[in-house]
Amino acid sequence: MTDDIYTFKVLRYDAKEPEKEAAFSSYRVRVIPGLTVLTVLLRIRDELDGTLAFRSSCRAATCGSCAMVINGKPGLACRTQVAPFESRTIVLEPLPNFEIIRDLVVDMAPFWNMYERISPYLIRHSPAPEKEIIQSPEDRKRIDQFVNCILCACCYGACEVMRREPDYVGPAAFAKLQRFMLDSRDERPDRFLESVNNGQGLWGCDTLLRCIDACPKEVRPTDAIVGLRKSLVKYRIKRAFGMDGHED
Amino acid sequence: MIHHDVVIVGGGLAGLRAAVGLCDRHDVALVSKVHPIRSHSIAAQGGINAALGNNPDARDDTWEKHTFDTIKGSDYLADQDAVEIMCKEAINVVYEMDHWGCPFSRFPDGTICQRPFGGAGFPRTCYSADLTGHVLLNTLYERAVAKGVRVYAEYVAVALAAEDGTCHGVVLIDQVRGTIIPVLAKATLFATGGYGRVYFHSTNALINNGSGIGMAYAAGVPMKDMEFVQFHPTTLLGTNILMTEACRGEGGYLINNKGERFMERYVPKAMELAPRDIVSRSIQTEIETGNAFENEQGLYVHLDLRHLGERMILERLPGIRRISIDFAGVDPVREPIPIMPCQHYSMGGIDTNTRGETTLKAFYAAGECACVSVHGGNRLGGNSLLDTIVFGKICAASIDEFLREQRRAPVEGVVARKKEEMEIKIRKLSDSGNESPFRVLDDLRKTMDECVGIFRTEGELEAGLERVLAIRERYRRVKVSSSALHMNYELIGALELESMIDVGHAITLGALLRRESRGAHFRRDYTKRNDQDWLKHTLVTRGAGGEPFVSYRPPVITRYQPMERVY
Ligand SMILES: Cc1cc2nc3c(=O)[nH]c(=O)nc-3n(C[C@H](O)[C@H](O)[C@H](O)COP(=O)(O)OP(=O)(O)OC[C@H]3O[C@@H](n4cnc5c(N)ncnc54)[C@H](O)[C@@H]3O)c2cc1C
Repeated sequence: MTDDIYTFKVLRYDAKEPEKEAAFSSYRVRVIPGLTVLTVLLRIRDELDGTLAFRSSCRAATCGSCAMVINGKPGLACRTQVAPFESRTIVLEPLPNFEIIRDLVVDMAPFWNMYERISPYLIRHSPAPEKEIIQSPEDRKRIDQFVNCILCACCYGACEVMRREPDYVGPAAFAKLQRFMLDSRDERPDRFLESVNNGQGLWGCDTLLRCIDACPKEVRPTDAIVGLRKSLVKYRIKRAFGMDGHED
Repeated sequence: MIHHDVVIVGGGLAGLRAAVGLCDRHDVALVSKVHPIRSHSIAAQGGINAALGNNPDARDDTWEKHTFDTIKGSDYLADQDAVEIMCKEAINVVYEMDHWGCPFSRFPDGTICQRPFGGAGFPRTCYSADLTGHVLLNTLYERAVAKGVRVYAEYVAVALAAEDGTCHGVVLIDQVRGTIIPVLAKATLFATGGYGRVYFHSTNALINNGSGIGMAYAAGVPMKDMEFVQFHPTTLLGTNILMTEACRGEGGYLINNKGERFMERYVPKAMELAPRDIVSRSIQTEIETGNAFENEQGLYVHLDLRHLGERMILERLPGIRRISIDFAGVDPVREPIPIMPCQHYSMGGIDTNTRGETTLKAFYAAGECACVSVHGGNRLGGNSLLDTIVFGKICAASIDEFLREQRRAPVEGVVARKKEEMEIKIRKLSDSGNESPFRVLDDLRKTMDECVGIFRTEGELEAGLERVLAIRERYRRVKVSSSALHMNYELIGALELESMIDVGHAITLGALLRRESRGAHFRRDYTKRNDQDWLKHTLVTRGAGGEPFVSYRPPVITRYQPMERVY
C-alpha cells in the first residue's frame, strides 16, 4: 500500500512577509484512484495545514478558480487526476507571469485589466427588436469555441510573450474579443481593432501555441489572434482604398 | 468606513442583475467572496424557462401555463402572485439577456432554442448547449463591466449591521489585503446563493454554504421553508457533479441493474421527465430495494444516453460528455453514466416578499438565498436561473424606489460596533479551543445526509436534531491555526460554519415538525400531503437567547386551488 503515498510539494510564499523567501512545504498523502489534485489540497488544508492558501470553488472545471502549475504544466487542480502521474511526487506552484499574494493565490488584477481593455461586451447601435435578435445556427456556431473560455488564466501562465511583455493583451482577452467580433449581433466597427494594432496587442503573439496546449476547455486563442490579424489587415486595405464606409 | 448607497453581497446572477439595474442612478458596491465570474451560477447547465413558444411543439405555450406548471410543481406551496410575476417577466428577461449578447443556441429559424424539462407541459427551457449558466453569468458580468459597476472581489461579508429593525450596512473582510472593513449603506441586498454544502453529498460549489442566510437570520430575519431541500436525481457517482436534467430532456434513460427503465413503474406517463422530487425518490427506492449497481464508490443506477447518438451528444451535451470522461472515465457515447441522487438546490431561504423586501428595513434578498416563494415544496428545473434574474431585477427597482423616498440616513455607530464584535469573535477563534473546524463541519454534513435526506422519519429527524445541537456546542470550542485575515480560508470557513449550523438546524427542525409529505419533503411516517394542517410556509426566527422560534404563514393563492399532484 505504500505505493499510494504521494508527496505533495507546494510552493509557499506570503506577500505580507516579503523578507521570507518562497519555499516548498511537503505533505505526504495517501491517494486512491479518482482523487484530483484539488481534493488532495482541500484535505491538506482541512487536516494537515490550515494556513495553506489556494483558490477553489466549483470543483468541476467550470469556474476557473484553481489554475496553478502542476508538475511543470499550467492546469486546473480540480480537473487533474493524481493517480495517472508517473512520479509519486507532485509539485504545485502558482501560475507564472503573475505576482503571488499567498502560496498558490496570485494577483489576477492584470488579467482582468486586459480583459476590460478589449471592451468585453456586445456593442450594438441598432434599436433592440421586440423579441430576440435573429441569429442563424451557423452564425451561432462560429463563436462556439470562444464562448467556452472560462477565464481561468492558464493561457496567461503558459504564454511566453507575457513573460517578457507584461503589457501584452494576452490570449484569453483576444479569444474574448474574437467571440464578439464574430458574433453576428455585435456591431462594433472593424476599426475597433486599431486599439490593439501594436506590439503589445495583436502583433505581440509569437504563435508558439502554448496557450492552446494549456487551455482546459479546448479553446484555441491562437485561432482568435490569427483571425483578428486577418480582419485588421482586411480593414486596413479597405480603408486605404476608402471603402470602409466609416467616417473616422 | 466605506460609504455606498447600495451594497450588494453576491456576484452571481441575482447580484449582478441587481447591480446592473441600480448602477446608473446610485452608487453601488458589488461584493463577492470570489471573483463574480467564479460564482456558482457559472455551473448551471440545462437552461432557463420562459414561454417564448419558439419550439415547434410549443407554439401555444403561454406564461399562464408556465405559471400553472410551476405552482403544481411546487406542490401548491408557492405563492401564486409571486409565480405569476416571475413567469410573466420571464419572457422579457430572456430577450433582454439576448440583447445584451447572451449566446443562446438557435433553432433553424434563428430564434432561441428551447428544450423539454421535467414537470413542464411544453418545451420551454431556453439553453445554450449545456452551458447555460456559463453564458448567462458571462453576459451579466460583461454588462456590469460595460456599465462600470464597482466590484469588491474576494471580500467576504461576515455580518449584517442591524439595529431597531433597520439594516445599516455590512462588515467585510478584504481577503487580499487582510483587513476588516465596515461598510455603511442606505440599502443592502444579499444575493449569496444556496447552502448545498451543509450536506455531505451536493452538486454545489464548495463556496455554497448558506452564510448569507445565516447572517440574515442572526440579524433577526426569518428563514422560510428550509425543510424543502431539492435532491437532484442525476449526479455523477463519486464527485456528485451534476448531470443536467437536459440529459433526460434530450431523451436519456434511467436504467437499473436488471436493465429496466424503472421509471415505468413509478410515473409511466412522464417517465424520466417527472419532476425531480419524484425521480429522486424513485432512484432511491431502486437503490434501497437491491436494484442498484455497486462499486467501491457506492450504489448507483445508469443514465444512458447512448441511443441519442454521438452527434446529438456532441452538439447538445458536450459539457456532460467532457465531465463524464474527465471525472468518471466514462464516455457517454459508448457507456452509460453512473449516477446517484443528492442535494442540489435550496427552495427555502431568507424570507422575502415579491419585492425582495424582508422584515428588516433597508435589507433585501434575491436569488437562491431568498425564498419569495416561487418554488414552494419543489423547484422545477430551469426556474432557478429565472428566479435569480427576475428577482435581481425586481430588487433593483424596489431599492431604487426606497432610496428615492428614504429620509433616515444609516448610522455609523451601528456598523462600527458590529465590526468590533467581529474582531473579538475572530480573536477568540484563534485564541482558545480544541475543536478542528473541519471535523465539526464534517459531522454536520454527515448528520444532514444521514438524518434529513430524500426519505425522512420522525426517529431519524429527532436523532438529527440532537446531533445538530451537540455540533452547536462543539462549535464554541472551535480553533483555527492563525488569526491572519489575508487569504485565510480556514478562518473564513470557521466563521461561516456558525451560519451553516443555523441553516442545518432550521432544515432539521422544519422537517421534524412538518408531519406530511409535500414536494421534496417526504416523510415515510406521513406519506400524504395534508392541506388541512400543512398548507403553510414554515418560518424560523432567532429568539432572544439564540434558540429558533417556529411559526407558520399560509401561501398566497390566486387562481389555482390545490389539487392532487399527478403526472
Ligand atoms: C450544478 C448546478 C446546475 C444548475 N443548473 C441549473 C439550470 O440548468 N437551470 C436552472 O434554472 N437552475 C440551475 N441551477 C440552480 C442555479 O444555478 C442557482 O440557483 C443560481 O445560479 C443561483 O444564483 P445566485 O445568484 O442566487 O447565487 P450564486 O451564483 O451561487 O452566487 C452567490 C454569490 O454570493 C457570493 N457570496 C456568498 N456568500 C458570500 C459572503 N459571505 N460574502 C461575500 N460574497 C458571498 C458568492 O461569491 C457568489 O458571488 C443549477 C445549480 C447547480 C448547482
